[in-house]
Amino acid sequence: MTAGYTRRELMVVAAAREIHDREVVFVGMRLPLLGFGLARATHAPNAVGLFENGVIRDRPAEAFIYTMGDPPNITGAIACLGLLDVMSLLQQGRVDVGFIGGAEIDPLGNLNTTRTSGSGSLVRLPGSGGGCDIASLAGRTVLIMEHEPRRFRPHVDYITSPGHFPGRRRGGPSTLITTLGVFDLSPTGVRVRTLHPGVTAEQVRQATGFPLDVSDAVQATPPPSTDELAHIRRADSEGFWTRRESPANPLRTMTAG
Amino acid sequence: MREAIAEQVHDGDAIALGLALESGIPFAAVHEIIRQQRRDLTLIGPISDMAFDQLIAAGTTARVIAAWVGNVAGGSGYGFRRAYEQAIPRRLVMEDHSNFTVGLALQAAAMGVPFLPTFTGIGGDIVRNHPRIRPIEDPFGGPAPLAVAALRPDVAIIHVQRADAQGNAHLWGNLGLTVEAAYAARRTIITCEEIVPEDIIRSDPNRTMIPGFLTTAVVEVPGGALPSSVQGHWRRDFEPFLDYHRRSRTADGFEAWLREWVLDMPDRAAYLQHMGEAAVERLRVRDEQLAASANFAP
Repeated sequence: MTAGYTRRELMVVAAAREIHDREVVFVGMRLPLLGFGLARATHAPNAVGLFENGVIRDRPAEAFIYTMGDPPNITGAIACLGLLDVMSLLQQGRVDVGFIGGAEIDPLGNLNTTRTSGSGSLVRLPGSGGGCDIASLAGRTVLIMEHEPRRFRPHVDYITSPGHFPGRRRGGPSTLITTLGVFDLSPTGVRVRTLHPGVTAEQVRQATGFPLDVSDAVQATPPPSTDELAHIRRADSEGFWTRRESPANPLRTMTAG
Repeated sequence: MREAIAEQVHDGDAIALGLALESGIPFAAVHEIIRQQRRDLTLIGPISDMAFDQLIAAGTTARVIAAWVGNVAGGSGYGFRRAYEQAIPRRLVMEDHSNFTVGLALQAAAMGVPFLPTFTGIGGDIVRNHPRIRPIEDPFGGPAPLAVAALRPDVAIIHVQRADAQGNAHLWGNLGLTVEAAYAARRTIITCEEIVPEDIIRSDPNRTMIPGFLTTAVVEVPGGALPSSVQGHWRRDFEPFLDYHRRSRTADGFEAWLREWVLDMPDRAAYLQHMGEAAVERLRVRDEQLAASANFAP
């Protein structure tokens, strides 16, 4: 907790600000799910959310969901279609923004969630899921990452979800939200947009495994408003995704990054 | 269940399951496959949660065709990692996909065409040197897509809320790739919460996701998808996913888990008993939130 909110609550607010009103959003789990709910409740009341299992919602589930397949995410949905239906909308160009996470990233926004030898020996990661599809086909993508040197690499071992490359038909990563700051992504690389309050330029340089131009003069990520925090805490009442320490949160020791 | 798996699932088969993603995973059938010691299976699915991990760690699996293999609760699937990284208990061939490409491969088989074109994955490594995905030209002169070749499972295993004795299956909630896989597969095993009279199925034909002539076996297995959820019947049970994640970290830990929850359980009824009545009742959905009825009068 810093100054009354957690780093993860700040990341949720940053994610919400990436969603504009009336946009069609390919929602992920965890922080983007909370970000979508927050955006709907504040500046984007007409945003629509698609989930890769085929669910379409225009309001967040009324009870805590751990996976997008949990029953509360079906109850009160607008539609339950198939996976190919929502992927087809994505491919057709009708999804404005999608959220994805990754284990490793390079300066062009390529994400690796498949396999890495970064730490010396081969480690198999779970794979793409829908990440590659969102990265390839959404109007723009917002990436959410833990900011650690081993995750920020000059080149990733495997490009699971393509970032910027010559000849890209559409979209590409526009924003990277990390535990340290918010960054602009473009075909020319990564630029710092804001650093989270209390984070120094040196800290970010140290935590980034490739050269990054960052000065102390950069602006701070705007903190959550009282209303925003209240909304997030209603949606994540046990602090499960946002890591508030709560004795009622049975899973709080788990990594929910 | 025993007879259905014995008759329908053979060594070397390609099996599609976990098709609705995190819900409706046919764990009762998965555990029966492990008990019957099937070998050299190919597993097909989008994201498989811990079902694929269990089948891999139990030594049933030679190949996986999927977009994601792990444990949604913990991330890593340790059984999958041991097989992929160290060939324990055997070598595993992985055909990586995205959710969309595995869906297109099943849909191509369901449609009876050799491939379907797509733009997903271009610029990334999944589609590079892929046995089932190749660049093609658009014969009409547009930008060049990729072709995803048809994938026909020998068997699809699908858990639904209700079916009649002919295997006409009603399913609601998450669909994922369920319908595509049932249409693509040579055989389809339906496991269901309840077998109902056929007039219930006929009362709402739009909810019949799988017509019975595609179904080759139908088995009533209440709670057959636990610990995954089934809309209107079961909530997701978190703890078994975390417990499996902790215990499967080592091969020995996995063996102990396997003995406790699979090998020592003759069937799903025994599994539910082992969970304990209080645990089962805590997960059972008792509330009703019924859909408005639809008038099918002629």
